[in-house]
Amino acid sequence: MTIYLPIAELSVNILVILGMGAAVGFLSGMFGVGGGFLITPLLVFYNIPPAVAVATGANQVVASSVSGALAHFRRGTLDIKLGVVLLIGGLAGATLGIQIFTMLRRVGQLDLIISLLYVVFLGAVGGLMLWESVISLRRASKNQPVSLRKPGQHNWVHRLPFKMRFKRSKLYLSVIPVIMLGFAIGILTSVMGVGGGFIMVPAMIYLLRIPTNVVIGTSLFQIIFVTAFTTIVQATTNFTVDIVLAFLLMTAGVIGAQYGVRVGQKMRGEQLRAGLALLVLAVAIRLAFGLVLPPDEVYSVVSGSFGF
Amino acid sequence: MRAAVLSLAAIALSVLPAAAQLVDPSVKINEKFSERIDIGISTNEIAIASDFSGTEITVFGAIDGADELLLSTFAYDIVVALEGPRQAATVRRKERVAGIWINRHSISFEPIPASYSMSSTRPIQNISSMMDLAARDIGINNIRLIPTGGIGDGSRVSEFRDALRRIKQSGGLYQRDPTGVRFISKSLFRASVRLPANIPVGQHEVRAVLYKNGVFVMEKAIPLRVVKTGLEQFIYNSAHSYSLAYGIFAVFLAGITGWLSSLIFRKD
Repeated sequence: MTIYLPIAELSVNILVILGMGAAVGFLSGMFGVGGGFLITPLLVFYNIPPAVAVATGANQVVASSVSGALAHFRRGTLDIKLGVVLLIGGLAGATLGIQIFTMLRRVGQLDLIISLLYVVFLGAVGGLMLWESVISLRRASKNQPVSLRKPGQHNWVHRLPFKMRFKRSKLYLSVIPVIMLGFAIGILTSVMGVGGGFIMVPAMIYLLRIPTNVVIGTSLFQIIFVTAFTTIVQATTNFTVDIVLAFLLMTAGVIGAQYGVRVGQKMRGEQLRAGLALLVLAVAIRLAFGLVLPPDEVYSVVSGSFGF
Repeated sequence: MRAAVLSLAAIALSVLPAAAQLVDPSVKINEKFSERIDIGISTNEIAIASDFSGTEITVFGAIDGADELLLSTFAYDIVVALEGPRQAATVRRKERVAGIWINRHSISFEPIPASYSMSSTRPIQNISSMMDLAARDIGINNIRLIPTGGIGDGSRVSEFRDALRRIKQSGGLYQRDPTGVRFISKSLFRASVRLPANIPVGQHEVRAVLYKNGVFVMEKAIPLRVVKTGLEQFIYNSAHSYSLAYGIFAVFLAGITGWLSSLIFRKD
């Protein structure tokens, strides 16, 4: 069963796309991430032009993060004030990111940079998470208390000026690192087509020492707006948002996510983090092989409106 | 005397269409021959709907004034090609730099047909000389690929050309069927031309070329439009003409989908 994608300008198997969306939704629901870092490479493996995959991935993440953020909002695990500060940096970063994206596409290095960024970030984040979760799992098996956040322990981040009080997070923190983090994630969102949750969540926990319970909700909140912004800017500058593809992905994705959440709730935190770490590492390794192994075809052709 | 008058009249008559041909670029005629080729297709528009997965068009044609004897000895050969809209193409070559494969060199070519699907009565190398085929842009290997801009030392142009043809063929955009043209009666023929699923939209051209014993006789071309239909066309147009509204709608749709799912699957 095929469906023609009007923007990607090719026919795809509708069941493959729905399957991808559901599988990624399942994993994102299980691990509490947006899933953009999985969907974009999957689409590229399935011959969707990278430019379309990135822009459409951002659009799909809007749906999954709205769904997730609403759930956290009801549970009261969303710090809107913190989210807004992150967002200020995020929108600025996304604006710059789109310029970088367009420039890379023109010089023909977009797919390389996307792959490199994925390998570096997914590799680093996956590696750190796996290390951390293995230590936690070991501790848990020895019945030692597991804690991610050590209250009272401060680092250089907490000595910066322009402090602000975030009531929901029970934090008194400088806005500089928050805006910087948002800015960096904003660039990644527009260049990689991801929400950035997989980087934002660990950075908020380990770097800013924000309580884990508000981290996911707050990061989802800001991801909604940054991915929404990215979608609109990609649509107006590169015309690469394929709404048919995005809709198929998000419909299957939100359904898959519900089952993922159920499975996730039966698992322990350390197990979940180890699982997510392995998943992230697997994607990084797959992409790294693609960069290092000699390609079947060293030539590529660019024609028409899309670069790939 | 009478025969001379007739032949004069014949010359006068043949000059008239020749003059008309000057303003009709879709027809090229070798005046040495009296045979003429004509073609028709059932539609001048191919619609890409949401379930489009490639298609095949059938081109019917006839040879007028064909010699019966030559027809029975298969002296006539026909090549029918569907050429896509012309687009500039850039070929990039990956090279290993510090262990990873990155795009290093690129050569841009002047606009080439985005797609090319050819059918013929025989493999084209058996139809005419390579020189004649090349002069008329017939065959995948004869599509003119003219580099533009800087090409470096130029020694690699042929590699890049081959790569371009190879990629176009492996992607299904360039294809050939050396037995796709069949005579269905003495002078009537039918050509099947395949259109791949990723066929570019725009103005295409069906070209039919008639050869007689390896010598060019006539070429006739008719236009064929490939268009997206209904929703696909609407989405494509909106994305390009009203990109801001389109982007906002894409976000809105995502927001609604996320919101609905959180309502439906809400655990109270």
